[in-house]
Amino acid sequence: MTTEVVTPPGGPTRKRRSSGGLFRLSAASGLGLGLGVLWFSVLVLIPLAAVVGAAAAGGWGAFFDTLTEQQTFNALKLTVFQAFGVTVVNAFVGTLVAWVLVRDDFVGKRLLDIVIDIPFALPTIVAGLVLLSLYGPDSPVGINIVNTREGIFLALLFVTLPFVVRTVQPVLLEMEAEAEEAAASLGASRFTTFRRIILPSLVPAITAGSSLGFARAISEFGSLVLISGNTPNQTEVASLKILKFLESDNQAGAAAVAVLLLLVAVVVIVALDVFSRRVARRA
Amino acid sequence: MPDVKQIRRQKGPVTYLLRIFVITYLFVLVVWPLSEVVKLTFAPVEANAEGGFAAFWERLQDPAVTYAFGLTLTCAFWAVLINLVFGVGISLLLVRYEFPGRRILSVLVDLPMSVSPVVVGLALVLAYSSGSGWFGESLESVGIFIIGSTPGMIMATAFVSLPLVIREIIPVLEEIGTDAEVAASSLGANAWQTFRRITLPSIKWAIAYGVVLSLARSLGEFGAVKIVSPGAEFRGETATLLIQNRYTGYDESTAYAAAFVLVLAAVLALVVVTFIRRPEDRT
Repeated sequence: MTTEVVTPPGGPTRKRRSSGGLFRLSAASGLGLGLGVLWFSVLVLIPLAAVVGAAAAGGWGAFFDTLTEQQTFNALKLTVFQAFGVTVVNAFVGTLVAWVLVRDDFVGKRLLDIVIDIPFALPTIVAGLVLLSLYGPDSPVGINIVNTREGIFLALLFVTLPFVVRTVQPVLLEMEAEAEEAAASLGASRFTTFRRIILPSLVPAITAGSSLGFARAISEFGSLVLISGNTPNQTEVASLKILKFLESDNQAGAAAVAVLLLLVAVVVIVALDVFSRRVARRA
Repeated sequence: MPDVKQIRRQKGPVTYLLRIFVITYLFVLVVWPLSEVVKLTFAPVEANAEGGFAAFWERLQDPAVTYAFGLTLTCAFWAVLINLVFGVGISLLLVRYEFPGRRILSVLVDLPMSVSPVVVGLALVLAYSSGSGWFGESLESVGIFIIGSTPGMIMATAFVSLPLVIREIIPVLEEIGTDAEVAASSLGANAWQTFRRITLPSIKWAIAYGVVLSLARSLGEFGAVKIVSPGAEFRGETATLLIQNRYTGYDESTAYAAAFVLVLAAVLALVVVTFIRRPEDRT
């Protein structure tokens, strides 16, 4: 684990500094590193280890029993299905939004560009409240999404809106015009050009944005607190199930669900890292 | 042969259909609900009461509301300060120094962003709560209570915003290289002088950017804080918790007023971030 320490200068994948190697640790920087790692362990590593520990305390049997218990299983199933559905919608709509923002030109486009960032900037509980103000019990348009699966879907769409847009946008901006020009001069229709020339080069960005959005949707909590009515087997998602376990003092149950969410987060990070390295190598 | 600019600029019915679709989607999902929040913030509580700015201001004068915003600011201040010191130090070590485990550490510092806020809260509880945490009893014996008090809430806030400063500084440090730093130290500058005169001026915008992002994230943190805080009025109720408590407690107007303040803070952060990004891009 600790063997590959120095990337050789001019290495293929990573841009290192133009000259000079890395410094060796002095007494002062060594002390700094020690303090930094200590704080990081106290804040992040030890607590996360405690979650894994609590989930493993009862052994595999207890872990599986918790996760396959009817209500928990339904909560997990709902979470995964909703997150998957939202991811599919985002892959399409996010690409469309990025396309319009880059290729189209109209009054107010800059404003639309800022609107994309709002779901990220808003606190999650406020995001929930924002949706409820229009689609809640006192809705001026007569739609009430409280305690419905559609409500969960809408909230997840809201908080994951920027992921695909913001990963696809820069790729579209930097795309060279030659290939499109050639395709068009050879008689390809605009749709064919999009499908055969443009879309393939967007796929890595769409995949990256979608997986980030999926990870976020799986673990979403704040925006769902007010919207999901928490009805077991109906509208209860994984993160709210953890809260319910904690409130009923079932820490092992909470830890079991949490470990599953942690696992998804780690898998997504590692998969993206491997994927982006492969794409970088091919390019 | 048609110029590529013309190919890209051609507007068919599809262009307009896409434009209308994207504008409608963003309007229904983000803009309309957001405008509804603004409307509700300044709406009168009852039909015959007065609305407008005075009513909004009065709701914010509620002692519980001022307490909540004070607590939010306290947590955010300490979390940002901790992340700033830790972030600058760890970034310098990760980019400039050679030590075993460097790769692992650089992947791990990114992890907190992908962990569900509920899991963050649960992790801190399982490690430090005095009832059931790994270190709860030993901390209790020396009179330290982390869970259910402000230190725990600061830790939860610091956890979720930890990578934001680091993510901004590392690319800049990698880009500027070590030439100037090596020159300075060969001319007899000590480590602190080199940092203050050479390194700091070139990463100051990255630091500012990271601080604004962390501050925005810290002000709006909900899930992790909810789990480690007692969450009652005047006892650990932050602004985001207040929004939830008031909304579910049928005091929606106060919930909307507090939410509006957080929306303003988020939009302000977006604007500041755009302005900080500009001078950096120019160089």
